[in-house]
Amino acid sequence: MTVFCYDKTFEGLLTCVFDAYLHKLFPDTLVGEGEPLPLFHDELYTCATDTQKADRVWKALGKKLSNDAMRELTIAWMADGYPKVDELLFRFIRKAVDAPKSIEVNFADQDVLALSRVYKQVSYERMRLVQFARFQKTADDIYFAPFEPQHNILPMAIEHFKDRFAGQKWIIYDVRRGYGYYYDLHTVEEITFTAEESEAILKKGFLADNLLAEDELLFQKMWQTYFKSIAIKERRNPRKHRQDMPVRYWKYLTEKRK
Amino acid sequence: MNAQTIEKLKILAESAKYDVSCSSSGTVRNNKKGGLGNTVGGMGICHSFAEDGRCISLLKIMLTNMCIYDCAYCVNRRSNDVPRATFAVSELVDITMEFYRRNYIEGLFLSSAVVRNPDYTMERMVAVIRNLRVEQRFNGYIHMKSIPGASRQLVQEAGLYADRMSVNIEIPNDNNLKMLAPEKNLASIYQPMKFIHQGVLENQEERQKYRHAPRFVPAGQSTQMIVGATSDSDKAILNLSSALYRRPSIRRVYYSGYVPVNTYDSRLPMLKQPPLVRENRLYQADWLMRFYNFRVNEIVNDTYPDLDLDVDPKLSWALRHPEAFPVDINSADYEMLLRVPGIGVKSATLIVASRRYGHLGAFQLKKMGIVMKKAQYFISCRELPVHTINELKPERVKAILTVGSGKKKIDENQLEIPFEK
Repeated sequence: MTVFCYDKTFEGLLTCVFDAYLHKLFPDTLVGEGEPLPLFHDELYTCATDTQKADRVWKALGKKLSNDAMRELTIAWMADGYPKVDELLFRFIRKAVDAPKSIEVNFADQDVLALSRVYKQVSYERMRLVQFARFQKTADDIYFAPFEPQHNILPMAIEHFKDRFAGQKWIIYDVRRGYGYYYDLHTVEEITFTAEESEAILKKGFLADNLLAEDELLFQKMWQTYFKSIAIKERRNPRKHRQDMPVRYWKYLTEKRK
Repeated sequence: MNAQTIEKLKILAESAKYDVSCSSSGTVRNNKKGGLGNTVGGMGICHSFAEDGRCISLLKIMLTNMCIYDCAYCVNRRSNDVPRATFAVSELVDITMEFYRRNYIEGLFLSSAVVRNPDYTMERMVAVIRNLRVEQRFNGYIHMKSIPGASRQLVQEAGLYADRMSVNIEIPNDNNLKMLAPEKNLASIYQPMKFIHQGVLENQEERQKYRHAPRFVPAGQSTQMIVGATSDSDKAILNLSSALYRRPSIRRVYYSGYVPVNTYDSRLPMLKQPPLVRENRLYQADWLMRFYNFRVNEIVNDTYPDLDLDVDPKLSWALRHPEAFPVDINSADYEMLLRVPGIGVKSATLIVASRRYGHLGAFQLKKMGIVMKKAQYFISCRELPVHTINELKPERVKAILTVGSGKKKIDENQLEIPFEK
């Protein structure tokens, strides 16, 4: 079993592809630096990330695949909640390089199909952020929305929020990965809270009452009332309810606040 | 903004909830400088899902629920003893803006009961959306109901602010409508729909001449029909939908299973629960007409005036037309693939794209997400055993596919004690 060890960046992955073709040595599995190696491995190749090599691979791929497929690749890379997504991408890239014509719509192939599924999952997760992010207005006029996405999708949704809420300051924070974005009416910048800070700010998913704007709780109450009254009792359908709004998002949803 | 506002919100949301339209699609508009909000087009965005499983995309609300009409099927009818409330224009504008800023909603769905007269009601509704668009510079989605009987000028003005407008037909048959809603008739309902339609056509012409002419109802209009409150057959309902879809301004027809809100009225049927399965079948038929190239008389006709509640309309069509099958996955055209039960728009696209690379087998079809449980009787690919609908006969296929659904099977070995009634 051949193992490639790299730094878990996208450039690193592309460098792995380059080196594999260079040495005619293809990995059976990829591991990150410092990760435990599989039990039975014959050969370990450590791949040093090289942006020039990565660029060459990316350009070569661009000749084989359409722009849409290239975009799909970069977006699938953000699926850090998906096990071994890097190996899937490696196999896909290798197939794309080897094939005489583009393989991107050959869904009879397991890896092509799997990649399109991962892409769909990630874009779906982005949509969930756009749907279910709930802002709470703080005393200093910043709208704050904590979120725990399965995949690392915050960067993909920022443009949407920047356009939509251009006239208000906001923070969208990925609690699981410990980073977020702050928009100050002009630019968006990345921010991180320390563990103590985020613990002090968030109580059970919501901001502590003393941090909130004066009328914030009133509007939360209003939204909860509305949410309750809009449902038709004769048509109750808890299964569908949970299907469309999975329970894992409830923690930060105002209407589900206890 | 206080506890009283919350009470009003509660009353007016409960009055508005029987309207099923929810979509926020059809317009793409970026935010403008100094404004709030945008619309994304495409699929629209659902921000929440209520306990009944319906999405909450827009703030669906009535301006008032005090009505001069007495329609039998409506919860807000004049003779009902329900709490009544009215929003002030500024109040509703504030709630919409504040909800939108918190990402609760995608925009406003404004409806109203008819108070005093249609023009007066419509004027107040237009005042709300004018305030939102002009003073608050709100760029989110606005869906507004047009009130039957309102003047053309008001519809024209509303159309400049709203993304979508709608008028509910409710009952597809003039006689039944007159029976349940004596003050209304179909002609009075079609009138505002015609206004909107003409406005859209005029606007299209205008925008060809002047690229920056303001858009008029860019997301078109929609309508809704109540299912199960009258004796109208599915054929009547679907024929009307199909006729409506031929007009370019109509984007959606919604079907609303009748929820018995006024149980004391003897003109209405006694239902234990809303006809949800029938409603679902109608939506499936609607999809067949819009995305699967089905003609309405293929789904319902004089021989089959009602949809089969046991199987979906596409399967039902396939069972009636065994001569069209089996379809060869590797050579049939896209339109024919769409007609196979178990293959949808997505899987048909996948099949057409993938089969250029090589023959597709049952294993790959399953992986791609085709529902083989259904599709196996209607397709042929190289390796499938030949138990298609033609060998098994349609009745047998239907029996296999409906087994396990519906009523519980009765075990014949189980002792039964017949109770006296």
